[in-house]
Amino acid sequence: MSIWIDENTRVLVQGITGREGSFHAEQCLKYGTKVVAGVTPGKGGTTALGQVPVFNTVKEAKEATQANVSVIFVPPPFAADAILEAVDADLDMAICITEGIPVRDMLNVKNSMKGKRTRLIGPNCPGLISPDKCKIGIMPAHIHKKGPVGVVSRSGTLTYEVVYQLTQLGIGQSTCVGIGGDPVNGTNFIDCLEAFQNDPQTKAICMIGEIGGSAEEEAAAYIQEHVTKPVVCFIAGQTAPPGKRMGHAGAIISGGHGTAKEKMEALKAAGIRVCESPAVMGQTVKEAMEAASLLV
Amino acid sequence: MKIHEYQAKSLFRGYDVPTPNGEVAFTPDEAVNAAKTLTSSKYVVKAQIHAGGRGKGGGVKVVDSIEGVREAAKQIIGMQLVTPQTGPQGRKVKSVLVEEASAIERELYLSIVLDRVTSKPVIMASTEGGMDIEEVAATQPDKIIKEWIDPLIGIQPYQARNVAYALNIPEAAVKSTVSLIMKLYQLFWDKDCALVEINPLVITQDQRVFALDAKVNFDDNALYRHPDIEKMRDLDEEDPLEVEASKYHLNYIKLDGNVGCMVNGAGLAMATMDIIKLYGAAPANFLDVGGGANAEAIENAFRILLSDKSVEAVLINIFGGILRCDLLAEGVVAAAAKLDIRLPIVIRMEGTNVERGKEILAKAPLKFMIADTMQEAAEKVAHAVKSVSVVG
Repeated sequence: MSIWIDENTRVLVQGITGREGSFHAEQCLKYGTKVVAGVTPGKGGTTALGQVPVFNTVKEAKEATQANVSVIFVPPPFAADAILEAVDADLDMAICITEGIPVRDMLNVKNSMKGKRTRLIGPNCPGLISPDKCKIGIMPAHIHKKGPVGVVSRSGTLTYEVVYQLTQLGIGQSTCVGIGGDPVNGTNFIDCLEAFQNDPQTKAICMIGEIGGSAEEEAAAYIQEHVTKPVVCFIAGQTAPPGKRMGHAGAIISGGHGTAKEKMEALKAAGIRVCESPAVMGQTVKEAMEAASLLV
Repeated sequence: MKIHEYQAKSLFRGYDVPTPNGEVAFTPDEAVNAAKTLTSSKYVVKAQIHAGGRGKGGGVKVVDSIEGVREAAKQIIGMQLVTPQTGPQGRKVKSVLVEEASAIERELYLSIVLDRVTSKPVIMASTEGGMDIEEVAATQPDKIIKEWIDPLIGIQPYQARNVAYALNIPEAAVKSTVSLIMKLYQLFWDKDCALVEINPLVITQDQRVFALDAKVNFDDNALYRHPDIEKMRDLDEEDPLEVEASKYHLNYIKLDGNVGCMVNGAGLAMATMDIIKLYGAAPANFLDVGGGANAEAIENAFRILLSDKSVEAVLINIFGGILRCDLLAEGVVAAAAKLDIRLPIVIRMEGTNVERGKEILAKAPLKFMIADTMQEAAEKVAHAVKSVSVVG
């Protein structure tokens, strides 16, 4: 098992004929992901990457190929529309990689998705990978290894860092989810924690947060009540000054709230292991698993 | 993106949100001319900088004659205004807003921001206007009125009435307050604002309601559809290096330390700053070169981070996924040669083609310090800045 994606996932790529879309669709194919369709309005009927049929609409692509998950590489001005199209086609999941979507567009998307069955991951995220089964996103495949740790993170390269540390220690991952660095996004920490808690392959969870908002505090409360598996956290931005947007639109300390210190305290108070240094994330997961006799 | 108070008030007027009569002036003569157009016996002269707390630093003066306006403008324009938000170096004032003074009865607070928890805009109001609203929120949370707006249908009149009645607006002014709140929301939505804040919103003795102050911030990601707003950007109010970096789509933020950082990805960049601090040194900047950085971007990033004179050593931490380590190494070597860099440079890279990258660095004429882990990199760079300080 793993969460949300596995060897049976059938992927369609919105924006497959663009530079990013075509490069990463090819990488996903190489990994073994079933990339079954592409969507680019106006290019329906053509073939991408020598093997992937391209359609004008998501609906058509889904009907023709039984695709159930979409990954979106559409430029920011058109990305909200692309997400809504995937939602309207009733796909299981839409994963939006695009960075820089206006907040107002995402407010419309998020509020109109209520009651719909499609799960949104992102935007502004690296995507998901269930090692050895399916990769949907832009993460470097070779650092991953199949195994027992569920990883969820607001940041892309920092996720790669922890995955790399885990793999170096011989510890693999069940699924790694990048939920994205924007203030309005789809799937949150709690959704991922719930899925990892219910996933038999996942034995421990590594959660990587950053400054801004209160998602980590909400996750801490959720973990305390509902998660029995060991959880290890790191919060990036302990040295970030208030009022400055640290790269991600969502990573900003405003009104004295959203500091790393606050988040780390909330997590510690909930009995969660918190790493002070990003260099020991993997090692801390290992220790947590050893303490729970989960590593043999 | 931030704008000045006078620009925010002109946007307000475009949406029929009442403000005091007034005009911006860049010289004392202009200030006098502005005052002459006002039918008032008392004037307020306000420094126009992006930071708050201007009154505390002497940037706001109330005078009762045209000559007083000239004197106040002379004092304020050109001054280095220090407020709790500018830092000790302050900010140079280029212009003042000259307004008519009003007979104020009550000062209230009104703002609209994004609530990340509910993914809805929220109107926040308080009877405690003119004060630091964060302090009110911390000490008297029951004094903050909140009304969440469904973005799909927009603000409804009853919601504006809820706010107006909760603020105990006198009956004669309720209608105009409701109208003001509705129009303010429209502005917030239409212009892709990240924040609209009126502190204070005032009620005058003759029961008029208007925005005595105005603060508006915009969503940078949405500026492409608001060329009129983008024109209001005042680059003098921003850090010159941050402005330079934004030209090359680099995310750079100046900090107080002496270790220059170059990292790909915002989360890893923050984590790198954190680990530098853990090893006893301090980051000079946040710099995210992005996922798709090429040799040119690396060179620009180098140039920008080195133009900060407090940088004594550099730490490069790249997790190459899309960005290949060999390309990064070539970019670093080329930039180091071209820019004649003499500072210690610690490089930690991992990911795609890392071995080839390390070979390229090893063969380079300049001696780079190579680290295999973040920890090793932080130790080396912390040691490097300490040695520099001892020698220097």
